[in-house]
Amino acid sequence: MAGELAVRIEKRYAGGALILADFALDLAAGDTTILFGPSGAGKTTVLRCLAGLETPDRGLIRFGEEIWFDGRAGICLTPQARRVGFLAQDYALFPHLSVRENVEYGLAGKSRAERQQAAARMLEFFEITKLAGRKPPEISGGEAQRVALARALAPSPRLLLLDEPLSALDVPTRSRVRTELHRHLRAIRIPSLLVTHDRTEAVSLGHNIVVMVEGDVRQAGPVEEVFRRPAGTLVAATVGVETVVRGEVAEEEDGVLAVRISGGVVHAVSAEDFGPGDAVLVCIRGEEVTLQEHTAGRESARNHFSGAVTAIEKDGAVERVSLDCGFPLVATITRRSREDMELKPGVTVTAAVKATAVHLIRL
Amino acid sequence: MDWLALALSLRLAFWTMAALLVVGTPIAYWVAFSRWRLKFLVEAVVALPLVLPPTVLGFYILVAIGPRSPLGQAYQSLTGGLLPFSFEGLLFASIVYSLPFAVQPMAASFGAVDRRLLEASFCLGAWRWATFRRIILPLSLPGVVTGMVLSFAHTLGEFGVVLMVGGNLPGRTRTASIAIYDEVQALNYSGAFETSLVLLTVSFSVLLVTYAAQRKVWTAWPAN
Repeated sequence: MAGELAVRIEKRYAGGALILADFALDLAAGDTTILFGPSGAGKTTVLRCLAGLETPDRGLIRFGEEIWFDGRAGICLTPQARRVGFLAQDYALFPHLSVRENVEYGLAGKSRAERQQAAARMLEFFEITKLAGRKPPEISGGEAQRVALARALAPSPRLLLLDEPLSALDVPTRSRVRTELHRHLRAIRIPSLLVTHDRTEAVSLGHNIVVMVEGDVRQAGPVEEVFRRPAGTLVAATVGVETVVRGEVAEEEDGVLAVRISGGVVHAVSAEDFGPGDAVLVCIRGEEVTLQEHTAGRESARNHFSGAVTAIEKDGAVERVSLDCGFPLVATITRRSREDMELKPGVTVTAAVKATAVHLIRL
Repeated sequence: MDWLALALSLRLAFWTMAALLVVGTPIAYWVAFSRWRLKFLVEAVVALPLVLPPTVLGFYILVAIGPRSPLGQAYQSLTGGLLPFSFEGLLFASIVYSLPFAVQPMAASFGAVDRRLLEASFCLGAWRWATFRRIILPLSLPGVVTGMVLSFAHTLGEFGVVLMVGGNLPGRTRTASIAIYDEVQALNYSGAFETSLVLLTVSFSVLLVTYAAQRKVWTAWPAN
């Protein structure tokens, strides 16, 4: 199940904050779209408007052929009629019901046998069968998230909405649960829309990203694309210019990891424990990349990539230089440096990155 | 010792409580969740019996259920009887008189249920009634019990309204509190003492058992 989600809404709060959201997404099953932005950017409001928990002042929300909200025509579907799964920030499990009863809650219209069967399937899928009889206060944060996912997905929604799904967890748990969530979001047969202000979550969980700043949608597109080519200074400041490529840990030597990516090997140092074969995302911030005309003799940077300049974009005092090194790499440098090096599209340079500046995210 | 009056008091208290469970619950739900701007008007009306002298309330009820009032006439054409100075009239008065005691704890506990749970329920396809039945009611049971116990105990002890609306007809409208008043008027202090003691014991036991059974109720008690 998939479809196009078209959102063009406006909502003003009594305090004066104005939320404007205007984007259209092609949602494919198993794809996750990130609604990204700093706190107070209006992400959660947009998500709640999509769920039908809040009503925009005006505008339109369309999912496939179905109109969910049309301010002009006075259409506003109830949350019940939209058939979306909604995962609240703190999961909002019903405290007086057992895990099994929570999961069965959305299946009220079905027969008892169907209900039990569907719930059993969900419990098994999320590996929470052994928790079935427990009450929510008796389970851990990571388990609560799995229960909430199972509950939201049991009635087969058409779209899954997640509001900062990892923010309720403590930091050590978060990375483990993030990996789990990544696996689950890929495995389920429906598209998901996830709100976060965390770059790591955005990069590791999302295919597409919608960037919101100050109540306004500034850019939408594939995650790697938006991180590499932010549209404007505001987006660049929000997401940070970054190269994101997929890779696989090849080996570890003296604490330095060699990660195989398309077109080469990247060396990285990570506090996290990675082993050969681990799938990772390699993130390199544009500020951490230095450009040289040719490789000098000895140098401390572990990574050297040779590549041709493909594009140069101005962004205030700095310029973003895109390179093709077998994978796309972005360097942010000053205009002066660019002029001194006489960089222009087609010129071949060497990019140097310290292993400590390469950030790895487990997939 | 006036057992007849005592039995009548208990019967009245029980039926008032039962009626308030039916009538008070939707009002409490509305008070807790309505977004109507003028909601405070209804809240003030519901709370009025808390501050009104029972005689004033009793007088208005007496007028409202009298044979010339629309309510009294409707009742007469339906049943052939009259409301004033009857058990049914008394029951009606008690329901009005104890309304805030039932509605306020219930509304407070309905409103205290985490909104996110209700939203989760809506998103899982449950409509308002199902959400009320499966989420709100079980989670606010202490408030509902408090409301019921308070209206029971309050009805057991009412005097002014009963006297105004029901008078003093043995077996029909003569409740325990009226009987006690009569005994004192007749200088029968030992009779008054006995009935009072039974009333005190019953009221105290009801409250004691309820509060002991669910200690959470203590925190709900002073709210609103």
